[in-house]
Amino acid sequence: MLNPGQGRGPDSGVVGGSSNSDPFPAGLRVLVVDDDPTCLMILERMLRTCLYRVTKCNRAEIALSLLRKNKNGFDIVISDVHMPDMDGFKLLEHVGLEMDLPVIMMSADDSKSVVLKGVTHGAVDYLIKPVRIEALKNIWQHVVRKKRYNEWNVSEHSGSVEESGGGGGERQQQRDDGDNNSSSANNEGSLRGSRKRKEEEVDEQGDDREDTSSLKKPRVVWSVELHQQFVAAVNQLGVDKAVPKKILEMMNVPGLTRENVASHLQKYRIYLRRLGGVSQHQGNMNHSFMTGQDPSFGPLSSLNGFDLQALAAAGQLPAQSLAQLQAAGLGRPPSLTKPGMVVSPLVDQRSIFSFENPKIRHGQMMNNGGNKQINLLHGVPTGMEPRQFAGGGGHMRVQQQQQQIANVRVGGQNVQSSGMMMPVGGGTAMLPSSLGQQQQVMLSSNVPRRSDLTEISSRVLPATTHSVFNNFPSELPRNSFPLASAPGISVSYQEEVNSSDAKAATVTSNAAFGNQSYNIYNDYPQQNNNRLNDWDLQNIGMVFNSHQDTTAAAAFSSSEAYSSSSTQRKRREVELPVVAGNVHNHQQQQQQQQQQIPSRSLSHMNQIYMNGGGSVRVKSERVAETVTCPPATTVFQEQYNEEDLMSALLKQEGVPLVDNEFDFDGYSIDNIPV
Amino acid sequence: MQRQVALIKQSLFDQGYLDEQFMELEELQDDANPNFVEEVATLYFKDSARLINNIDQALERGSFDFNRLDSYMHQFKGSSTSIGASKVKTECTMFREYCRAGNAEGCLRTFKQLKKEHATLRKKLEQYFQASKR
Repeated sequence: MLNPGQGRGPDSGVVGGSSNSDPFPAGLRVLVVDDDPTCLMILERMLRTCLYRVTKCNRAEIALSLLRKNKNGFDIVISDVHMPDMDGFKLLEHVGLEMDLPVIMMSADDSKSVVLKGVTHGAVDYLIKPVRIEALKNIWQHVVRKKRYNEWNVSEHSGSVEESGGGGGERQQQRDDGDNNSSSANNEGSLRGSRKRKEEEVDEQGDDREDTSSLKKPRVVWSVELHQQFVAAVNQLGVDKAVPKKILEMMNVPGLTRENVASHLQKYRIYLRRLGGVSQHQGNMNHSFMTGQDPSFGPLSSLNGFDLQALAAAGQLPAQSLAQLQAAGLGRPPSLTKPGMVVSPLVDQRSIFSFENPKIRHGQMMNNGGNKQINLLHGVPTGMEPRQFAGGGGHMRVQQQQQQIANVRVGGQNVQSSGMMMPVGGGTAMLPSSLGQQQQVMLSSNVPRRSDLTEISSRVLPATTHSVFNNFPSELPRNSFPLASAPGISVSYQEEVNSSDAKAATVTSNAAFGNQSYNIYNDYPQQNNNRLNDWDLQNIGMVFNSHQDTTAAAAFSSSEAYSSSSTQRKRREVELPVVAGNVHNHQQQQQQQQQQIPSRSLSHMNQIYMNGGGSVRVKSERVAETVTCPPATTVFQEQYNEEDLMSALLKQEGVPLVDNEFDFDGYSIDNIPV
Repeated sequence: MQRQVALIKQSLFDQGYLDEQFMELEELQDDANPNFVEEVATLYFKDSARLINNIDQALERGSFDFNRLDSYMHQFKGSSTSIGASKVKTECTMFREYCRAGNAEGCLRTFKQLKKEHATLRKKLEQYFQASKR
């Protein structure tokens, strides 16, 4: 667009129209991060022209510390994708999780996959360089939208956030996507459009009309402690029955409002749903897969029942859990609101699995003979409620989970991912403590996006399994997991996934990956739940590690906000370097398609998982741990409370990974639908 | 002088050295920021010199780490795009293609061309700014 050559003065071209007496969006506090000084200077100038208050930063680490120091100091963050010290997506995840600020990604790279990554990681918008000032003029809409979304969900669905909140959230998210697209693509029109939308929103939602002044509401930072209190309260009340008012009372935190709690709860539920959705998804997939592929798999429900019973008999699985698992395994699909949606992504995944399975079975898998493991696995994901672990509770809310899963699924892949993503992208600092890093890791990789999570399916899966494992009581025998094969398998899957991921969208890879993990279980029944968990963890961890940017796992690990316990945190920190190393290895391997030490490093990761037992949550932790020290089991054991199963499994681990047995490089997961 | 300035600028556009993005930058210039474009250009050339240096070294090493080269070039392309350095940007794109194809010779060739375009643009812009100041 060529303007007549005059400079843009303060009055020209700015979104002055939207506010009359209200100066908004002038004064919007923008943090812009880009390692390119030229771009940074240009952006700063443009943003100043829009009358925003600009802080520029050329290092992501500095940006993060700025954000952390000034919790409410910024309204929106604009970040470049490619930065030397930290990947832009990782920063995106951090910001979303820790500060719950809208983040706009930008890059000279306009390839679809990167843009998609931005979306799935939770960016509210993606700008292609060269950035034009028109695109920047509208960024305030993201701040408003986010506020509205939070407010709307909080106020309207304080009690039952699941359906409506989730649905509303998704709708809103979709709308956000639409807005985003239009703002990026159509500068002139979008400004008007966004204004109109803003007005419409105002009209539609008569409740808490958001004044621009409301945007300046102090943001509650859900620190780790706070989140733990929250989760504890929710667990006590029961996820289904937890209402913000009661949670608030139980938490008894001065200064915390019901609205804060409600919005956090909303995100938390969505997060759980995603987790549940994944497991559900996997369960379904496995089921179909098994019947189609391998008679030994058997129906999910039967498997679940079998495993559960076996577990219960062994005294390892609490009756309650058993019941829940069974319920989960048996009946849940019907409860899904839109089973159809769930199925579709499965199809592709299934194909992947079938592809994979033959490999897995190849002899690597654990020798133990039980179908139990597999079954258990199936049952577990569906039944387990990741949140449970957080509270350290043993009770599983299968129904809840399923419901959540269903809800998550309903949205299709998006829903699922949103579940996972929620915590991350939505800025929900809600990662259940139990979920730990694993989920965090997942989140980081997934970068939960408040609005749209297509990628999630694969990612979510791992999470769910992960959480499922957590549910298992610690009493489960931790020994004799045919880990040797399992880890190998996991590893191979990961590798494969990774490579395919490299080729295709991460979503598909993840999906494939997730599926793989389930398959593995099916193929090689684990002796006990622990084992399954182990695998699951492994897979999950691996998935995450492989998929995410190297730093992602580390980043998540490092974010203390989500660690449920200090030990975990510690581990996380320790693991970070390890994880990063592993991830790095893994990724490199993928890229080069060389399995130099893939299995080894992977196995390390796997082993870590196994040994790590301690906190399931922290996948990255686990991985890191394994890599660094197999004897990490001891460390993990203490963390047992929530991830009993995992701990047990991990302890048991120690089996050397199978190397090079599962080389899935040849597999292409490209056909996985996103 | 004004006319000369306009002519220089016009030729830069006509010859494809600069594109609309440069005009965007000019619009950002106003009384409060009278030398904005020149400042940006100066910064660009300083930073891009560093990038060119890095790439040169990487190429000289002969190891042809395409991923790293691609990454450098991505940065370079980003800033070139941001100031509207059209020809430079084109070379960047080509270089990255060669990187992706693992074509070392193509990379070398393109990079040479890129440096040439870069140097030419620098000279022309210097002229332009000089003329604008008079």
